Amino acid sequence: MTAEPKSPYLDVKSYRRKRLIDMARLLPIFGGVLVIFPLPFLFVNGVLTTDATPMALYLFGVWIVLILAAMIFARLLRDPATDD
Amino acid sequence: MLSFNILVLVATLYVTFLFIVAFAADRRAKAGRLGWLRSPLVYTLSLSIYTTAWTFYGAVGSAVRNGLEFFAIYLGPTLVFVGWWWVLRKLVRIGRTHRITSIADLLSSRYGKSAFLAVIVTLLAVVGSTPYIALQLQSVALSFATLATGEASGLGASDVNGTAFWLAAGLAVFTILFGTRNLDANERHHGVVTAIAVEAIVKLFALLAVGIFVVWGVAEGPSDILERVSKANINLSSTSGSRWVTLLFLSGAAIICLPRMFQVTVVENSDESHLSTASWAFPLYLFLMSLFVLPIAVVGLAELPKGANPDLFVLTLPIAHNQEGLAMLVFLGGFSSATSMVIVAAIALATMVSNHIVMPFWLYLRRSRQAVSGDVRSILLLSRRISIAAILALGYGYFRFTGGTGALASIGLIAFTGVAQILPALIGGLFWRGATRKGAIAGLCAGFFLWVYTLFLPSFGGAWLMSADVLVYGPFHIEMLRPRALFGVLDMDPLVHALIWSMGVNTLLFLVVSMVTFPTPLERLQGVQFVNVFQHSSGQGQRSSMSVATDDLLVVAQRILGSERALALFRDAALKQGKEGGLPDPTRDFVEQLERQMAGTVGAATAHAMIGQITDGATLSVEDLIAVADETAQIMEHTVQLEAKSQELAQTAQKLQHANEKLTELSIQKDGFLSQISHELRTPMTSIRAFAEILREGGSLTEDQARKYSSIILEESIRLTRLLDEILDLSVLENGQVVLKRDHGKLSELVDRAIAATSSYDNERPLKIIRDLPSEDIDLVTDLDRLSQVFINLVSNTRKYCDVAVPELEIAVRRLGDLVKMDFRDNGSGIAEKHREIVFEKFSRLSDASSAGSAGLGLAISREIMRNLGGKIEFVPGDGRTLFRVIFPIELAENSGKPMV
Amino acid sequence: MAKHVLLIEDEPNIIEAISFILRQDGWKVSTHSDGTKAVAEIARVAPDLVILDVMLPGRSGFEILQDLRSRAETEKLPVLMLTAKGQTRDRQAAQDLGASHYMTKPFSNQEMLDVVRGLIA
Repeated sequence: MTAEPKSPYLDVKSYRRKRLIDMARLLPIFGGVLVIFPLPFLFVNGVLTTDATPMALYLFGVWIVLILAAMIFARLLRDPATDD
Repeated sequence: MLSFNILVLVATLYVTFLFIVAFAADRRAKAGRLGWLRSPLVYTLSLSIYTTAWTFYGAVGSAVRNGLEFFAIYLGPTLVFVGWWWVLRKLVRIGRTHRITSIADLLSSRYGKSAFLAVIVTLLAVVGSTPYIALQLQSVALSFATLATGEASGLGASDVNGTAFWLAAGLAVFTILFGTRNLDANERHHGVVTAIAVEAIVKLFALLAVGIFVVWGVAEGPSDILERVSKANINLSSTSGSRWVTLLFLSGAAIICLPRMFQVTVVENSDESHLSTASWAFPLYLFLMSLFVLPIAVVGLAELPKGANPDLFVLTLPIAHNQEGLAMLVFLGGFSSATSMVIVAAIALATMVSNHIVMPFWLYLRRSRQAVSGDVRSILLLSRRISIAAILALGYGYFRFTGGTGALASIGLIAFTGVAQILPALIGGLFWRGATRKGAIAGLCAGFFLWVYTLFLPSFGGAWLMSADVLVYGPFHIEMLRPRALFGVLDMDPLVHALIWSMGVNTLLFLVVSMVTFPTPLERLQGVQFVNVFQHSSGQGQRSSMSVATDDLLVVAQRILGSERALALFRDAALKQGKEGGLPDPTRDFVEQLERQMAGTVGAATAHAMIGQITDGATLSVEDLIAVADETAQIMEHTVQLEAKSQELAQTAQKLQHANEKLTELSIQKDGFLSQISHELRTPMTSIRAFAEILREGGSLTEDQARKYSSIILEESIRLTRLLDEILDLSVLENGQVVLKRDHGKLSELVDRAIAATSSYDNERPLKIIRDLPSEDIDLVTDLDRLSQVFINLVSNTRKYCDVAVPELEIAVRRLGDLVKMDFRDNGSGIAEKHREIVFEKFSRLSDASSAGSAGLGLAISREIMRNLGGKIEFVPGDGRTLFRVIFPIELAENSGKPMV
Repeated sequence: MAKHVLLIEDEPNIIEAISFILRQDGWKVSTHSDGTKAVAEIARVAPDLVILDVMLPGRSGFEILQDLRSRAETEKLPVLMLTAKGQTRDRQAAQDLGASHYMTKPFSNQEMLDVVRGLIA
């Protein structure tokens, strides 16, 4: 779904923007993987640890990274959205 | 311990403050001064209704009981918001362009405006939300009791019930007041949203305050807390990987599907760009809300007596440390969490109930009567208000019914699972054009049923509807149908079990049924509009204030009615509304009047569609489109007919004008002709008369003179006669009345004759004639006399007018099939360009100088002759010399006398 | 001395007739037949009366009359217009342009003499 059928040649700016949107779209997938990935080690192998601290810190870390990334993307993509 | 009365007073003051905030915001909004009311900050804060009392108090309890599970409840929404480019952006755009009023409306709209689907979603939402509302009432009541007496059970049951009752009543009043003040087409409630934003700040502030107090007041800073967390032996084992993923999924689904979340995220959204801010600000809010959950949990576990309700640690910790102010703040935070959720949920549910259940039912009952339009608005408001009261009553009833016990504790996730059933139909509807109404209904019904069967009813532990017996052994002792081990799926977390079965069957049915059924045209239309919403709409042009709508109405009205009439109409309406100047409010009456006015111009369906586009932004239904198309077709037909007629008229007019011009021209020609005839006749007559008189007088005339004058009279008489002959000849030729002969003869002989006939002029200036005799050897069958008349005319013209000392005439003959082409070219100075057009006109002697014996009719007669002979004569412009070209058929057609060209 | 009449006309037979009539009556008559040079001829000959045909080769009698009336020396010169077209439109045009008299061909010889006498006296 390209919103600009007018020209097959995109200018650099809108090309950048489209790739940025692609990256913004990847963000939740990236976050999802990071949030789910460590589970087998911590939860299924309950033996591994009863110490919640590393896991909590890890989750907070992922969380804040996601927030910052979302903030950066929101800034970079601030001007009225061109459609996907 | 705070006295009961002080608590009531503080709570009342806080509520009053919220009323004032909401009221002020509403007034501001109504005055059109939206300003910060529409800021991304307010939008983000309003989203915080996600964190209800369940998370405000319950997150700590969850951390104590289930370790890190509470993270999942916040991380799911975080992922959804961080990934707003996927779903939320599209939802908000669709919500704006289609003026969606609720999640039920969204699904109904997407699947061809299906009323049944809306009813299912509404029922699902009510069933899922009622326990949740009960939970909020309970948490406030419990915190109230705790604060008043130091423990949750400190108050008598009647007092707890009373608290819950008055809370429910107060919330009903607030919600009715600010949730149904106006029937804005766009369903936005600035007062409510602002109050919620304030509450969001209060609850975040309260929780952060407790957290800071716990970390730095009770414990000895962050490192101490981390150590405590490590040592606290927090139960991590209860959270399996599948449960973790389930929780992430559920919370992610809930942030999209919960009716109240849909209300604030989509319906109350006034600007798409706010979503961009919320994409990081809302996760940040959640982050801050959860930052101190673990510290409070571990400190509470360590400090508070065993058996203390961990769900109330947030409140009991400050109380235990005699921090009454902080406790009060926490109470207000919890109160805020509960009330904001209930208010928005009540608005969202009331909208759905009244729009999709009450109103259709009412209209159905009223179907026989006419003139519905007038009182629909008041009925709608009334039904909203009753719905709000009913929903809160339902919540309160539920609270009383379940006895306000631990049965409510798990209701949060149960409700999440319930509303998650909407997700397949929602996501499918957003991204898959093939999704059909039947698929959505099948999936939703199945998911709804399975949710009720495997999770909702079992949550009562056999106390309601589903007996404990059924729970353990299955209905009719069919083990395969045990609610918590459906089809023999054993040893699975009940939540995961319920989610897998309900969502699995739901999604499967949705997909399969969608693929095997066929959508109605309206479904397909809506499907395309939803899936391709970004191609059909723009992000700009928020229309939230009324004056904007009126502006647009004016623009359209001006276009349809004309500027003056539209302005007059608007001015009258404004005066009628008691406004001195400016635009009128787009009241129903006014819009209807306008629509009627416009219908007179463009037809009812078009007017309705146009007005509809502006006033409620409703996209056209297929019926609308068909009606518009019909009208347009009619109009087009009319237009085509009119165009044809006017074209006909124009053509007729043109023809008339043409004819008129021709007549005028003819008249001028006739005048000219008569004038010329007059001149040509009078000139010889003048001489004749003058000399006749002279001769009659006799007198001193010599004989020579007398003879000379007599011969002049004779000469002029002959001239007169010839002129009359020529005129008659021309007249006959022109009228096509000439009778042509068909003689046989050779072309060369004709030319000989013509040269001989004109040789009398040779006396003055001999004319040299250049001929190519072999080429003239052509046998002709035509009127030879007429043809030679033309040749004579051409040769004599050359003799008369060729203005060089030694005139030459070249006669070139060529045969072109059945035609003969003859060029008569002399070596004179030719004919000036301006005269070429008129050489063939009657009396067009170009110069009177050597006109002797000619009336200027020669070429005109020649042209007529050639026409009658089926040929033509033309002047060929060339190298400046005079070239006349004669073309004629070798054999004259049998029925001759008719012009060929 | 006999008054001088200048006849501007292109039909040889009519020139012949009018000249004869006027000379018989005692006028001095000279003739001219080219429209383009008529004004110059008038200036050169300085006649007491001009008889001017409307249909002249090169230049119409009306134009010549207009020209004469716009010149100071010929402003008052008596001009008798002759025409064979005989349309009222032409008569009107001649009057508007300041012709002293207007005659339609054919005319009687006596009529011509009367007019010429009237114009010169």
